[in-house]
Amino acid sequence: MNPFSSGTRLRDMIRAIRACKTAAEERAVVRKECAAIRAAINDNDQDYRHRNLAKLMFIHMLGYPTHFGQMECLKSIASAGFPEKRIGYLGLMLLLDERQEVLMLVTNSLKQDLNHTNQYIVGLALCALGNICSAEMARDLAPEVERLLQFRDPNIRKKAALCSVRIIKKVPDLAENFINPTAALLKEKHHGVLITGIQLCTDLCKVSTEALEFFRKRCLEGLVKTLRDIVNSPYAPEYDIAGITDPFLHIRLLRLLRVLGHGDSDASDCMNDILAQVATKTESNKNAGNAILYECVETIMSIEDNGGLRVLAINILGRFLSNRDNNIRYVALNMLMKAITVDAQAVQRHRATILECVKDSDASIRKRALELVYLLVNENNVKPLTKELTEYLEVSDQEFKEDLTAKICSIVEKFSPEKIWYIDQMLKVLSEAGNFVKDEVWHALVVVISNASDLHGYTVRALYRALQASAEQESLVRVAVWCIGEYGDMLVNNVGMLNIEEPITVTESDAVDVVETAIKSHSLDLTTKAMAMIALLKLSSRFPSCSESIKDIVVHHKGSLVLELQQRSIEFNSIIAKHQNIRSALVERMPVLDEATFSGRRAGSLPANVSSSSGGSLNLPNGVAKPAAAPLVDLLDLSSDDAPAPSSSGGDFLQDLLGVDLSPASVPSGMSQAPKAGTDNNIIPIATLDGLSSPPSVPVRTTSAGGAASMVDLLDGFVSNSPKPEDNGPAYPSVVAFESSSLRLTFNFSKPPGTPQTTLVEATFTNLSPNVYTDFIFQAAVPKFLQLHLDPASSNTLPASGNGSVTQTLRVINSQHGKKALVMRMRIAYKVNNKDVLEEGQINNFPRDL
Amino acid sequence: MGIRFILMVNKQGQTRLAQYYEWLTLEERRALEGEIVRKCLARTEQQCSFVEHRNYKIVYRRYASLFFLVGVDNDENELAILEFIHLLVETMDRHFGNVCELDIMFHLEKAHFMLEEMVMNGCIVETSKSNILSPIQLMDKTS
Repeated sequence: MNPFSSGTRLRDMIRAIRACKTAAEERAVVRKECAAIRAAINDNDQDYRHRNLAKLMFIHMLGYPTHFGQMECLKSIASAGFPEKRIGYLGLMLLLDERQEVLMLVTNSLKQDLNHTNQYIVGLALCALGNICSAEMARDLAPEVERLLQFRDPNIRKKAALCSVRIIKKVPDLAENFINPTAALLKEKHHGVLITGIQLCTDLCKVSTEALEFFRKRCLEGLVKTLRDIVNSPYAPEYDIAGITDPFLHIRLLRLLRVLGHGDSDASDCMNDILAQVATKTESNKNAGNAILYECVETIMSIEDNGGLRVLAINILGRFLSNRDNNIRYVALNMLMKAITVDAQAVQRHRATILECVKDSDASIRKRALELVYLLVNENNVKPLTKELTEYLEVSDQEFKEDLTAKICSIVEKFSPEKIWYIDQMLKVLSEAGNFVKDEVWHALVVVISNASDLHGYTVRALYRALQASAEQESLVRVAVWCIGEYGDMLVNNVGMLNIEEPITVTESDAVDVVETAIKSHSLDLTTKAMAMIALLKLSSRFPSCSESIKDIVVHHKGSLVLELQQRSIEFNSIIAKHQNIRSALVERMPVLDEATFSGRRAGSLPANVSSSSGGSLNLPNGVAKPAAAPLVDLLDLSSDDAPAPSSSGGDFLQDLLGVDLSPASVPSGMSQAPKAGTDNNIIPIATLDGLSSPPSVPVRTTSAGGAASMVDLLDGFVSNSPKPEDNGPAYPSVVAFESSSLRLTFNFSKPPGTPQTTLVEATFTNLSPNVYTDFIFQAAVPKFLQLHLDPASSNTLPASGNGSVTQTLRVINSQHGKKALVMRMRIAYKVNNKDVLEEGQINNFPRDL
Repeated sequence: MGIRFILMVNKQGQTRLAQYYEWLTLEERRALEGEIVRKCLARTEQQCSFVEHRNYKIVYRRYASLFFLVGVDNDENELAILEFIHLLVETMDRHFGNVCELDIMFHLEKAHFMLEEMVMNGCIVETSKSNILSPIQLMDKTS
């Protein structure tokens, strides 16, 4: 025995790890141990294999990589002794990383062990197979497992049954072979065999309708009898839990009955009596009994209707719901969700209790209850339920507010009986939890407000009041600012007063102040401020008396460090100062927003709706380049479209209006179409400008050639931009085409003059690992529209740790130059310590225009 | 039965035993253990023993300094899993005699063998304590 390879004892290693005070110390200990174990593996040390595997399991549990131990497991499994096999199989189950090669290697050992004369070894193999079996293994080993279902020892039969569960899940085609043996298992007395046999039967029914029919016909009566025997069985100390014999078996049986009874009234009739007995006789003062009742209720709800049983089940749930134990209340809420499709009336009766559960201190219960309340809402109870929920919103935990807000908004939108109620409720939610309201929700609110022309005055006044109370709620501020901009005159003049509201006195400068506060606030984000800026522009036209003070505010922001605000201030200042004649037309009251279009868009864009309003992720021209037909919807499009294709059509009204080209890199310098003079004959509500609000980084490129002077005026400071440098072999940024933990591949691009279709790519490979790579080969493939020529590489050896690199030149000819971007698949092969390594990938990040 | 994983975790949140019945990468395991341990250990005694996490549920129970956390499918009977945890603890108690964190740490293999006799592929195999323990006792006798 080599004294140097033995390392520490398992116990000592665990002690050493326990003694570590910091994660770094622990890592050091683990690293040392792993090094020793690797060394032992390399020496093929058999004496300590068992111990090393045990150590690896411990290290694996701590969350360190242990893949190098897998082959040791295989060796251990292949040895003759039981203890070695035992640790080998355990190691295999724990350390395996689903690598097919390892599984293939182990299949043979498994086959031998499944046929072993020692039944304990057979048990080990079954257990391992049941936990890790792949589809191939299932096909190879299914006959052995099938045979073992009839093995003399029940402890083998039960494991074979669960192994079969895995096999039929992996390969459903094999199901029919297992039907008959399973039927035999269901008649057994041994609880282990029964519970596993029932599991197998349940899973067979799920994968095969043939099996379902078979068991319904042949085994249902037997199963009902088995359940009856267990329910009425005398005290069995080995299986007794709180006076009930084997509740686990009860539950599995009830679950199987549910599968058999579902959708078949004869089968359901057959089990009615026993279900009634379980529902009435089971003791409900202990957890085990409640677990059975819970399962029984679910079975009653799922099988075909029997009025009496359903009443029984609903009553049990009612009892559960009023239980003091939180676990029981939780499962009651969970089950009521399922009961609601069966008997909505019965669940409605518990509404008050459920509503109380929404306010519970336990997050799990709250969540369940909220889901349930959501299902309970209908046209008749929407008002009181919403009232309760919004009242609770005021006091609820921060982390619950998001869920609650989303549900309230959804309820209000779905069941709102009238517009004024909808607006009221939404304002409450916005005031309480505006920061949790999703963008599409407040967008929808704006659409509704716009459509309710008789409520414009009421809404803007209500928003003004709400803003006084809670100015920190992002989406409240947005809606308020938008409404004040649009309907500011109604706010000041108390237009359209409803009987229910009290008149308020708001001066024009008050309204402007509110909007200015939003721009100055530090807690609000860019989109909100940009919206406030637009509101100011609108107000400057609505309130001539405030025009000067608004101009001061706008001028003040011309120096803003945020590009978006700076740009807007400059543009708006220009409108206010130099274009008095068109201003009022520009900021006219917006026409009514089209609800149908909005909801259609919303439905279409919902799945991909990633809110970028936080200012974090900034998309390119969102909704900027939309056709003029839908300028209004663009307002609401601030952030919903993920990747709009920038349209380069010269006739686009917005480009005309601003005289700039918004589509990146699509128009060569010296734009040929002179913009049409848009402002004179083409009066567009300023709303279209709103489309700009979210992308502060709109690539603005002025064109010196052919820009109508009046247009350029709008941009004030931007005119002096020099034309784009002429095309003298454009420089392309180099890209990291591929990077893994061990290798980096960088591409540098150049184009030989005069051949735009050809690109020379200089590939540079860098080795990031501490080992030298030999036999280094790079291969690449391209789609048909490209031609690829590879020059020889500078070397086939790649030095370690980035000390030097290999370069190789690729010549790519793009027959679709200007239409399609380059794309490439690549494969890199090399040897590390004489082991073959293969890395593959696709390269999509070529610069455009190559 | 849809048991996805069984974890034993001490008060400090350190994993003491982990058995997964669905395959996850090492990184996923670490992240998952971190998340659910944080969620479960923060809860009070009065709160219910179930926590919803991603698309499954955690049923957990505390015994002295050790937490037993079982991840199950959403349609699993939570109360039954609670009972199963208790059965697991009683079985370990019978073998180790009032099982504690150190028993599991220093006899990790044995704890796994016990678990193997109780759960296979996420389903319950055996619920009788003497049936569960007999192969383990047999091995102890021979070694």
